[in-house]
Amino acid sequence: MTAPPAAPADDRPPLRVITCGSVDDGKSTLIGRLLYDCRLILDDQLAAVARDSRRHGTVGDDLDLALLVDGLAAEREQGITIDVAYRFFRTGRRAFILADTPGHEQFTRNMATAASTAEAAVVLVDARKGVLAQTRRHSFICALLGIGTAILAVNKIDLVDASEDTFSRIAADYRKVAAQLGLRTVVAIPVSARWGDNVAIRSARTPWYGGPTVVEALESIDVAGHAPERPFRFPVQWVNRPGADFRGYAGTVASGAVAVGDAVVVAGSGQQSTVARIVTFDGDRAVACAGDAVTLVLADAIDLARGDLLAPPQHRPVVADQFSAQLVWMSEQPMLPGRSYLMRIGTAMLPVRVTTLKHRIDIGDFGTVPARTLALNDIGVVNVATARPVAFDAYADNRRTGAFILIDRDTNATAGAGMVLFPLRRAANIHRQRHTVDKRARAALKQQRPCIVWFTGLSGSGKSTIADLVERTLHARGIHTMLLDGDNVRLGLNHDLGFTDADRVENIRRVGEVAKLFVESGLVVLCCFISPFRAERQMVRGLVQPEEFCEVFVDTPIEVCIDRDAKGLYRKALAGEIPNFTGIGSPYERPDAPEITIATLAEPPYTAAERVVDWVLARIQPGGQPTGAAGTSHGSAQA
Amino acid sequence: MREVVAQAANPVLLYSIGKDSTVMMHLARKAFFPTPPPFPFLHIATTWDFRDMIAYRDLLVQALGVELRVHTNAEGLERGISPIASDPGVHARVMITEALKQALDQWTFDAAFGGGRRDEEKSRAKERVFSFRSAQHAWDPRNQRPELWNLYNARVAAGESMRVFPLSNWTELDVWSYIAAEDIPVVPLYFASDRPVVARDGALILVDDDRLPVAAGEVRLRRVRFRTLGCYPLTAAIESAAETVDDIIAEMRAATTSERHGRLIDHDEAASMEIKKREGYF
Repeated sequence: MTAPPAAPADDRPPLRVITCGSVDDGKSTLIGRLLYDCRLILDDQLAAVARDSRRHGTVGDDLDLALLVDGLAAEREQGITIDVAYRFFRTGRRAFILADTPGHEQFTRNMATAASTAEAAVVLVDARKGVLAQTRRHSFICALLGIGTAILAVNKIDLVDASEDTFSRIAADYRKVAAQLGLRTVVAIPVSARWGDNVAIRSARTPWYGGPTVVEALESIDVAGHAPERPFRFPVQWVNRPGADFRGYAGTVASGAVAVGDAVVVAGSGQQSTVARIVTFDGDRAVACAGDAVTLVLADAIDLARGDLLAPPQHRPVVADQFSAQLVWMSEQPMLPGRSYLMRIGTAMLPVRVTTLKHRIDIGDFGTVPARTLALNDIGVVNVATARPVAFDAYADNRRTGAFILIDRDTNATAGAGMVLFPLRRAANIHRQRHTVDKRARAALKQQRPCIVWFTGLSGSGKSTIADLVERTLHARGIHTMLLDGDNVRLGLNHDLGFTDADRVENIRRVGEVAKLFVESGLVVLCCFISPFRAERQMVRGLVQPEEFCEVFVDTPIEVCIDRDAKGLYRKALAGEIPNFTGIGSPYERPDAPEITIATLAEPPYTAAERVVDWVLARIQPGGQPTGAAGTSHGSAQA
Repeated sequence: MREVVAQAANPVLLYSIGKDSTVMMHLARKAFFPTPPPFPFLHIATTWDFRDMIAYRDLLVQALGVELRVHTNAEGLERGISPIASDPGVHARVMITEALKQALDQWTFDAAFGGGRRDEEKSRAKERVFSFRSAQHAWDPRNQRPELWNLYNARVAAGESMRVFPLSNWTELDVWSYIAAEDIPVVPLYFASDRPVVARDGALILVDDDRLPVAAGEVRLRRVRFRTLGCYPLTAAIESAAETVDDIIAEMRAATTSERHGRLIDHDEAASMEIKKREGYF
């Protein structure tokens, strides 16, 4: 190869660009062509591509430039892009980081991942096919994640005889989509990625086209000019305390700027101070701007930790415990309203629940569709309730402080990506009412400590039988109890719920709240629920004090439960008459560390019941006083 | 780096003595200043590192007062694994990948910084900044955590770990430009000098000690330097006159081969790096 461009790129930070479009539209080939025509492919890499082209190539004897970017073995075997690849690309005028994203619908989450850090998009369309559903889907995600600028590359123009009419029609079609989404289309370009027409070199095949090449269009995109001034935001990342005489707050300025002497508030608590020093390894600074990683020293000793957000007193972020958001779901496990997830927003991490799924978005026409869950790659609008008030901005106002991810508490997988729309004010109008007669007082009258004994296990495992024995024994000893049973609750309080995963989550959420109220009334609450999901059992555990919850796992093999089939339900489930039946059509997640495990094959019900009674008596009687203050038993950190 | 320290229980920085990990060491000092980097540095020594690397490592560690841990796969040594006696792939697997896993397990590190950059190699271009590894240290490219905005999810269960690549979005040119801008000292092997080398299969191999078998009259003194460092019998030198960082940057702008061209263990097969990474290589 000949030497790369001699002139250095300018000092601007690399422009982050995403390429998107449907599968086989030629994204990987376009990137390969960009690198090739800009003479950025080194000799040994070219030799490797020539070697690979003979083995995996899809273009006969020619170099298959897509193989420059599709690097995973499975990608080469299938000739598709599975995961995002980040490519570095430098012309004489500018440096770029290109995120090459998968076109397949099943990898939409990877596309959203790349879009979250991109500033501009190159949208590819196959000239023979025009604007497709996947073109619209990707454009929608670009707009959703805040990419404002798109270049439309109408690829494979050589295969439509370089027709100006075809090009103009597709460009007009796409401009309509872009206008609907609020995307600014910089320019539409007729391209052949395979032959290099209008990629880096102007094509003789399209004499009717007078606009820029793809490279020229990329070089001239101006994103900085569209970013309005944003107020100062500083998520505290790490408290820097080498010794008693230094206490600094390390973080990266998310937006705006701060100078020594500026007043700042902790958004959550409203505590105020001023910036005394801006410390860096290379010496103190007077000012820190967006993107600077610095350590702030404040003039006053105020309570400040990782997860807090510093802001100017006159431009504070929202602080609320409920908000509306757009959510892109990224997990194989569907999103279940009511289930507890961990939310990461800024540097804060806290438990949250999706309280309402308002609707799913149909990417085909951008319309709304009613939905009860979000499946992998679905996008929906939701209300989120957080375990404590949290500081944020709307995503439209600030991409750094309005973006969040949801994490599955069981697997630690990143399950969803969210963008805050607006806070829900109703949260501010509900305050906990303090009553004089509280849990402590009610329990004292009964001379016992309240608790929840939660029986979980398959249908027919023996939960109700054992719980009944436990309650009879406790009752005979003068203990005040209440028994909540799955079937009975579904006849009344929860008669509106079915057996889908979403309904099972809501079923347990309501039962948990009822059990918590009974604990407040001072009772020993025995709950018999299949409660198939670990996450919901964990959620109920978090509603009360740690010592007030006992998980009893009634462990009976499913074959035995099927044999017993006391209610004839397994017979129906196996015949396909009951969908979503736990153990047959729906999973059961065994407890990790229950307080009591009862292997019913090895132990008769009455001795199992005795063990449960022993646990309850050991916890509820000594001292006769309940532990923990009343009314404060919200989910604790270890839950 | 601060994210890792805030989220992980027991992080470590893998220090390979090369330019990338030396830049990382510099960044670590900056990120936590005035506190020293709150994690140890780990060197996986194969016993075939260039002598200059070890000398530089010990000088630097002493000068900066950082905590260095060194681990070698003793069992591999006993088996006689070496880059000369063994297949280069076997040597890399036993003395680098296996040794690394041993060290991570022995000290129960749950997050390890690496100097990997996405511009190095195709499978690296698909690497996350926070890269999840199973309890067996395995990387599954199909099952990576989506990495959105700057919200890094470093949560792992017992035994699982994170590999973290702070330089993901840097290029080789960025690294050298940063070394120039911050005036960071690097191993002298990166700069051209007259060195005794032998030509093997078109690659120039430095005769760093008498373990390398050479034929009479085979060794020649040539003006060479290294773009990348590793085990000396497996890392080829390039002929060069670049004696300063500025020379290197100028040379790189005109280069026609990639940095990893000089890594003999990368030429095995097309998906070589991906396979090594799946097994737990960095």
